[in-house]
Amino acid sequence: MSGHNESILREPLITGKDITYAKITNDILMPVENKPNKAWWIGFILALCGATLWVVSVSYTFWFGIGAWGLNKTVGWAWDITGFVWWVGIGHAGTLISAVLLLFRQNWRNSINRSAEAMTIFAVICAATYVVSHMGRPWLAYWVLPLPNQFGSLWVNFNSPLVWDMFAISTYFSVSLLFWYTGLLPDIATIRDRATGTRKKVYSILSFGWTGNVKTWQRFEAVSLILAGISTPLVLSVHTIVSMDFATSVIPGWHTTIFPPYFVAGAIFSGFAMVLTLLLVARKVLGLENYITMFHIESMNKIIILTGSIVGVAYLTEFFIAWYSGSEYEQYAFINRSTGPYWWAYWMMMTCNVISPQLLWFKKIRTSIPATWILSIVVNIGMWFERFVIIVTSLHRDYIPSSWAMFYPTWVDVGVFVGSIGVFFTLFLLFLRVLPSIAIAEVKLLLKSASEQAKLQQIKEGHLDKTHVAEYVESLDKFDSVKQEDYAKI
Amino acid sequence: MNNIKYILGSFGDPDEMMHGIEKLQENNIKIHDVYTPMPIHGIEAKLGVKRSRLDIAAFFFGITGTCTMLSFVFYAAVLDWPVNIGGKPHFALPDFIPITFELTILFCAFGLVGSYYASTHLFPGRAPRVMDLRATDDRFIIAVDAKQNTEHNKIDDLLKEAGALEVKHNERKYISYE
Repeated sequence: MSGHNESILREPLITGKDITYAKITNDILMPVENKPNKAWWIGFILALCGATLWVVSVSYTFWFGIGAWGLNKTVGWAWDITGFVWWVGIGHAGTLISAVLLLFRQNWRNSINRSAEAMTIFAVICAATYVVSHMGRPWLAYWVLPLPNQFGSLWVNFNSPLVWDMFAISTYFSVSLLFWYTGLLPDIATIRDRATGTRKKVYSILSFGWTGNVKTWQRFEAVSLILAGISTPLVLSVHTIVSMDFATSVIPGWHTTIFPPYFVAGAIFSGFAMVLTLLLVARKVLGLENYITMFHIESMNKIIILTGSIVGVAYLTEFFIAWYSGSEYEQYAFINRSTGPYWWAYWMMMTCNVISPQLLWFKKIRTSIPATWILSIVVNIGMWFERFVIIVTSLHRDYIPSSWAMFYPTWVDVGVFVGSIGVFFTLFLLFLRVLPSIAIAEVKLLLKSASEQAKLQQIKEGHLDKTHVAEYVESLDKFDSVKQEDYAKI
Repeated sequence: MNNIKYILGSFGDPDEMMHGIEKLQENNIKIHDVYTPMPIHGIEAKLGVKRSRLDIAAFFFGITGTCTMLSFVFYAAVLDWPVNIGGKPHFALPDFIPITFELTILFCAFGLVGSYYASTHLFPGRAPRVMDLRATDDRFIIAVDAKQNTEHNKIDDLLKEAGALEVKHNERKYISYE
């Protein structure tokens, strides 16, 4: 680990001069140990307003029933399930970063996994609230659980994808929470050992008595690896099952076998976009530019191009298969999608998800922070429209033309959706204040091998191939946290 | 001198700390434990920490989940209340794969993390047995039991020679957390 040097051809994962273990702790704990700044308060108050709107809209829905939404007998599922799938999709990046990238030994995950996992948990909470609120009688929400009851017992229908979904989402949520919290223990202990008074007591309870002795660390790594191994198929299964909510039905436009891989790619796509949206702001406001570097941003952008292109191929495949199936209903569903009354939603989705992410092929764009930030938001707008298009355009002209209808959202629909974004940001901003937003221990692991200063030391020692050094220095050009002047002398 | 319970060598660098462990072991000084702010790879072999059996435990927890779900679904859908759905088999195995899979993962994850917490004595509210507050921040601490190893000066010298920034003689085992 710390005894050998990493190749200079790899870009550094920690930039900056005079970074020590103590400085890493200080930098990352800065927002936790100090009073929040103005930017945090402005963000928090805005988010709280959103969360209040959510409480009002959801309470209104509970009081008056689903009739408060713009649903009708043709379009019986619209913004609720769109919002649900959107949030679950966003919730995929965290586990992908922490589990899949751990299995592939991608060390750049170390500085982004913590906040991505937190984001996952909050996104799944937002998704779960949709599940409960769209039931109409939320006080009977426990009916989805296979509990013994006085109707027989009449069990839940285990053949139903909605029941599978309940199992998938609750397993995903609890396993992600476990993974996240276990990873947090050493960092909570760090806060504990630096705190005093009540703070110390609270973090002491939360730290579970972590001391960082040899056996605990060794088992910790074993546990992380096994959890990563089981979370990888789990994360793929969750969106697969979400897609089966649609794919196992008989609605033209829904019952396609391409849905599982297509939904999973879309989920990763939107999840990474949301990670970028949050982290680009967080790294600036919290001053974490040395830990979340341009290399991280560029790597995430590359994943966005990959998954965005998979999603694009899936859109085209759906169209091709609709034509190739020879089924009139299937063909009409897709013609209607792109040229019917909802054409604008379809083309919005196409532009945001397929066309605009292709801009990331240009290095200038994928290493530009403002461009990346805007594109990350565009992607999530596109992904919301994708779910809207799949759900509403397939339903609104289903079979008999006399029952064809349009969907118009009410203020409650809008309130629940905008409000859920408020809930998400409220939770995320609170997280930034009370827990370290970067995994401190995992970043420390990189200091002696993958940091800029360690590589600079290697260059100074002077046993390296000159072309490799030149290549390395050139790769640092894109980093906003590195000054090229420092390398001019060498 | 005699009240000293533990000698702590506080290192600022993991490689120097590893060197310190070697030095102490060459001189037959038993190390009580090592506290670090991050995992140190290769240290377990040096200190004789046995290979973790958590993977085996995880496998059995997972299998328990698989069996639990399959037998429960069999009971619910075949024995207790069979529902005739278009004359299809009551035990529609492909339909039950997703939920069986989820329960396998759920049991595996909770069983694994539960065993981990139990085996390393982690639980909410446990008083932290901390020997040095900086061990979770920027110091790598080697702790030597001073009662068992009486050549205190030699230990001090060895630790300093290896690069310890500080050597502490603690009269209490743990820093109080009351």
